[in-house]
Amino acid sequence: MAQYWQEIHALTMRWVRRLSREKFSMLFTLVQPMLFWLIFFGNLFQRAADVQVTQAPNYISFLTAGVVVMTVLNNGLAGGVDLLFDKENGFLERLMTTPIHRSSVILSRFIFVMTITSLQVLVILGVAFLFGVQPATGLLGVAAILMIGMLFGVGLTAISMAMAFSVKSHGDFFSVLGFLSLPMIFLSSALVPLVAMPAWMGFLARFNPMTWAIDAVRPLILSGWAEALPHVGMVVVVMVIFDALCLYGSAKAFRRAMG
Amino acid sequence: MDRAIAIQVSHLTKTYDGQPAVSDLSFQVYSGEIFGLLGPNGAGKSTTLRTLITLLTPTSGTASVLGHDTVREADVVRQLIGYVPQERAIDRFLTGREHLELLGALYHLPKAEATKRIAELLKLVELEEPADRPAKTYSGGMKRKLDIACGLLPDPKILFLDEPTLGLDVQSRLRIWDYVRMLKARGMTIVMTTNYLDEADQLCDRLAIIDGGKIKTLGSPAELKVGLGGDIVSLTLKDRSKIPTLVSALTGQPAMRAVKATPGGLDIRVESPEKALPAILEFANRLDCHLEFIEYHRPRLDDVFIAHTGRSMTESVQDIQVV
Repeated sequence: MAQYWQEIHALTMRWVRRLSREKFSMLFTLVQPMLFWLIFFGNLFQRAADVQVTQAPNYISFLTAGVVVMTVLNNGLAGGVDLLFDKENGFLERLMTTPIHRSSVILSRFIFVMTITSLQVLVILGVAFLFGVQPATGLLGVAAILMIGMLFGVGLTAISMAMAFSVKSHGDFFSVLGFLSLPMIFLSSALVPLVAMPAWMGFLARFNPMTWAIDAVRPLILSGWAEALPHVGMVVVVMVIFDALCLYGSAKAFRRAMG
Repeated sequence: MDRAIAIQVSHLTKTYDGQPAVSDLSFQVYSGEIFGLLGPNGAGKSTTLRTLITLLTPTSGTASVLGHDTVREADVVRQLIGYVPQERAIDRFLTGREHLELLGALYHLPKAEATKRIAELLKLVELEEPADRPAKTYSGGMKRKLDIACGLLPDPKILFLDEPTLGLDVQSRLRIWDYVRMLKARGMTIVMTTNYLDEADQLCDRLAIIDGGKIKTLGSPAELKVGLGGDIVSLTLKDRSKIPTLVSALTGQPAMRAVKATPGGLDIRVESPEKALPAILEFANRLDCHLEFIEYHRPRLDDVFIAHTGRSMTESVQDIQVV
């Protein structure tokens, strides 16, 4: 057990070190969702969005939940990228010849991605706060938001890692990534509530796990516990199923890659 | 002489989608020797090596390292070996020291011991000065040295080197050879793949020539060369159309062991040049074959390779690159 922890700790710290050496990349990763979506998009659509439709005091406060879950989505889907590079330059092979538990590599990645994502979510909520968005459920609500983010992120990161191990080239990986990310966002309640969507899009969005996450995070920010609790309960169930499916689907790719 | 066996490979076969990468390989590596797997790209060297270091599971047959099966006891094997991969498996954002620290943790070394061993290794491969710079600032030779230090970190009984000097400049190459010889002197067993003939010749105690997934021959470089039987006389003819005539005339003559046509002339393996040369010249004269050039040399490893695979090592390497 002590050995297991030693491995996971060393591998996780490697990801942290890498990030800290890539200052630019770190800055852009952190700033991008806030800047593009929350600040630009949120303010841009301030008057174009109908308050009657969004049921929120202003568009930014409506959008905050969407940006939080979008960040989880993008970080999760990109969670396997570093393993992809490790696979391509032979570093993964070097790790696999050492007497480590095979799961350490995967676990270290989960821990790293979840930590970074949580920090980013906190920063987004902080920036939203500066624009006057105060979470209605307080600090406990923020904790609930982080939990929902992690539940969603686990499944996404698993898919991303499985894809990293399975693709032939990193070109393939980034094509799939680019193709998944935006449709997932548009076909969810991130930017527009389901009721205001064209019927067919609203129908598809109902099957998007992202919608469930957003519909739980949004009342935590806008309304309060009474309205949020049933959604939070529901999203936990949905995410447990989602994660189980993702992990089950990825396990085969993990086993093949890890020997 | 009975020697301790470090690695035992029995009837090893590995297929990919029904295509055999190696088939029915059997060989042994003795403790304390430098054992080479020599062959062109795609011959099956890397597949063999990767099976031994537990990265691949054989389709059939077995491999054992210091008595431990590479599949059933993979974890034990991993504790006993070090590996220097072919690609520069370097994380460009980490420093040299951080690479070694990471591996120290993955081999579960206590912190104090890891620190001590890392200092020794950095000194050994002459990377003390740049040890705390990110690896992206390292030259190709420095990265290779770091690779080797990484392979040595677990203090392995057996070190596996995959194409250790591929793409290195001459100086770095010689330096790497020095390291390998020094490790052998310390009693380490070394298994390496290479597609450089001179490297195999200079460095390996014994080597297996692999082509098309099979071992063509195995022995020490000296044995393999002697095994060819005799020295080699190479003729270059002015008129290439005469080559077949001369080949058939010389074949079966008492002093000639083997006669083979080459693009520009003939390669003749002879028992003793004193007897063979006059005969060769006489035949050439009588058949009116004008000789442009005559070369006589002791067998080289390239000749061993040609004799056992039917083609030259350099030719086959080029073939692969064209495809």
